[in-house]
Amino acid sequence: MRATLTRYALPVVLVVLLTGLPLLDLSLPGVLPGPTYTPGSLHLMALAMVMAALALSYHLLFGVAGLLSFGHALYFGFGAYALGILMRELELGLVPAALLVLAAGVALATLLGAVSLRVTGIPFAMVTLAFAQAGSVLVRRDPGRVTGGEEGLRLPTEHVPDWLVGVADTRNVYWLALAALVFTFAVVTWVQHSRAGHVAEAVRENELRVRVLGMRPFLVKLAIFVAASVIAVGMGMVHLILNSGAVPHAVSADLTISLLLMVVLGGVGSRWGAVLGAVVYVLLSQRLAVLAQSPAISDLPPVLRIPLSEPLFILGAIFVLVVLFLPGGLAGLGVRLRGARRTRGAQAPTPGSLVAEDETT
Amino acid sequence: MSTALLLLITGIGLGAIYFLVASGLSLIYGLMGVLNFAHGVFLSLGAFLGYEVATRMGTSTWGGFAVSLLVGALAGAVFAALTERFLVQRLYERHIEQVLVTVGLALATVALFDGIWGTDPRFITGPGWMETTTRVAGANVPNDRFVAIIVAALVLLAIVLFLRRTRYGMIIRAGVENRSMVTALGIDVRNAFTLVFTIGGAAAGLGGVLASHYFGYVSPLLGQTLLIFAFIVTVIGGLGSLLGAAVASVVVAVLQQFANYYLWGTGDLAVVVLLAVVLLTRPSGLLGRK
Repeated sequence: MRATLTRYALPVVLVVLLTGLPLLDLSLPGVLPGPTYTPGSLHLMALAMVMAALALSYHLLFGVAGLLSFGHALYFGFGAYALGILMRELELGLVPAALLVLAAGVALATLLGAVSLRVTGIPFAMVTLAFAQAGSVLVRRDPGRVTGGEEGLRLPTEHVPDWLVGVADTRNVYWLALAALVFTFAVVTWVQHSRAGHVAEAVRENELRVRVLGMRPFLVKLAIFVAASVIAVGMGMVHLILNSGAVPHAVSADLTISLLLMVVLGGVGSRWGAVLGAVVYVLLSQRLAVLAQSPAISDLPPVLRIPLSEPLFILGAIFVLVVLFLPGGLAGLGVRLRGARRTRGAQAPTPGSLVAEDETT
Repeated sequence: MSTALLLLITGIGLGAIYFLVASGLSLIYGLMGVLNFAHGVFLSLGAFLGYEVATRMGTSTWGGFAVSLLVGALAGAVFAALTERFLVQRLYERHIEQVLVTVGLALATVALFDGIWGTDPRFITGPGWMETTTRVAGANVPNDRFVAIIVAALVLLAIVLFLRRTRYGMIIRAGVENRSMVTALGIDVRNAFTLVFTIGGAAAGLGGVLASHYFGYVSPLLGQTLLIFAFIVTVIGGLGSLLGAAVASVVVAVLQQFANYYLWGTGDLAVVVLLAVVLLTRPSGLLGRK
């Protein structure tokens, strides 16, 4: 009874609270740059939610299907760039352009997924990396002057509804990001609990056995790959609106690596872990960059100052420590603590190295 | 004709650098099943330390260049050995986590290099002869290409001799073939793991110094950029195959050069297309097993 309550009531309360945040005057010093209704804080929270949704799509790939992809940013970047380019070049409105980009995203993901899924495991990681790299090179080279090269692409605001543009409307974009996150969470839960999701989990554990049972792992993996990629395309579009533009970083391998970092930090295999990992990552990388400029850091001797003023160094180091010493991530830590409390120290359940099941929480 | 020849030799020179990175990656993957994302960092460290030594001893002297090569190789080797001992070995047989650890290490170290040496590229010049060109059948070929090719050929020869003629080389070859059998025979393959990492790191560090002369600069992202092409080379050549890596390095780099010149700068895309074609026709690579 209590488990059902926390399972359904808690998310609802959380969503209601998050929906109301732009109307409230709450301050979280050290976490948010200002009160919750200010555009700066809303933008940061919206960014965290878009990244959380993106991390959820990566969770579908890596946590559910066990596909270690290093090219997930390709679809995110595709969503952002394709939407901007379509709106500008074809002078389409936001909705028709977005639908067109989603359709194109399905086609792209199916094509590239079918080629990369010919190999599995580590070779799959390398191949997806190579495809994403090709996309990244394409965006940076700027063929036909459509992507804007290193400078990035500006959001063609004349084709976007007025209530989504402008600093004063940040809270509308915030609600858009929240809606995107809730929708993504629902879709990922549905996919994970569908037949395809169960087969994908089985394939992750033992592909040969699934094949012996007469199922075709390739199609299931492709379906999961396409689903995750299309979510990423959608998040790319939200990100374009949120940041009023797209930069080449959206297509880079660095972005995929940060997704991997979020999912592992939160706990591989856990949906809430992915969300939590993304939020922690976004807040940390923002706050650490601010902290690096503070006198507390800049007055230190170089041996300490240089590492501490690089947010990515700290995040990378945390990541290595989590992989080495905290295999279940933050979600696994929660399970472990709860287990330790319940059994009063007698035989705490150790979460599996990579698979902390959602259903047990 | 002379343009084609220039592109060919430049391509082989670039292939030499790819090979220095890919040889270690391929051996490591073949023996341990680890995709080493930190390999680019070994290269960058070699390049940076080589640069520091060369600027202190005088970049235009041959002595400075030789010592920078030595320092680069040594730095790569030591860093790689430490990585294997303290990070990778703790996660024995857990391949995904091993990949994750190297990803985290690469992330942290690149950020550290950014902090120490700055994100802007540092330009470097070598001994006078390396900055000039040699006429080969009508083509003016920069001399640093020849240096890269010779060093890579020597490294290939050394690794092949090591693998074929020494006891440790035999263990490594046997381990690539069938690791559980080697373990069952009572041989501790963990030392072989460290050794393979050390060799790969040394080759990458050497590649770093040569790459800094080939491209004319050192930057924290140098290694990460080359790493991606090295990944492509190892997949095309066949994971775990040293000879495959050598052949694929040259094929990939030459294709890249020609496509860049004749097909409007599409070299990087041409390489990815080649990768897709190889995967569709021979998923295990050119010289891979199975």
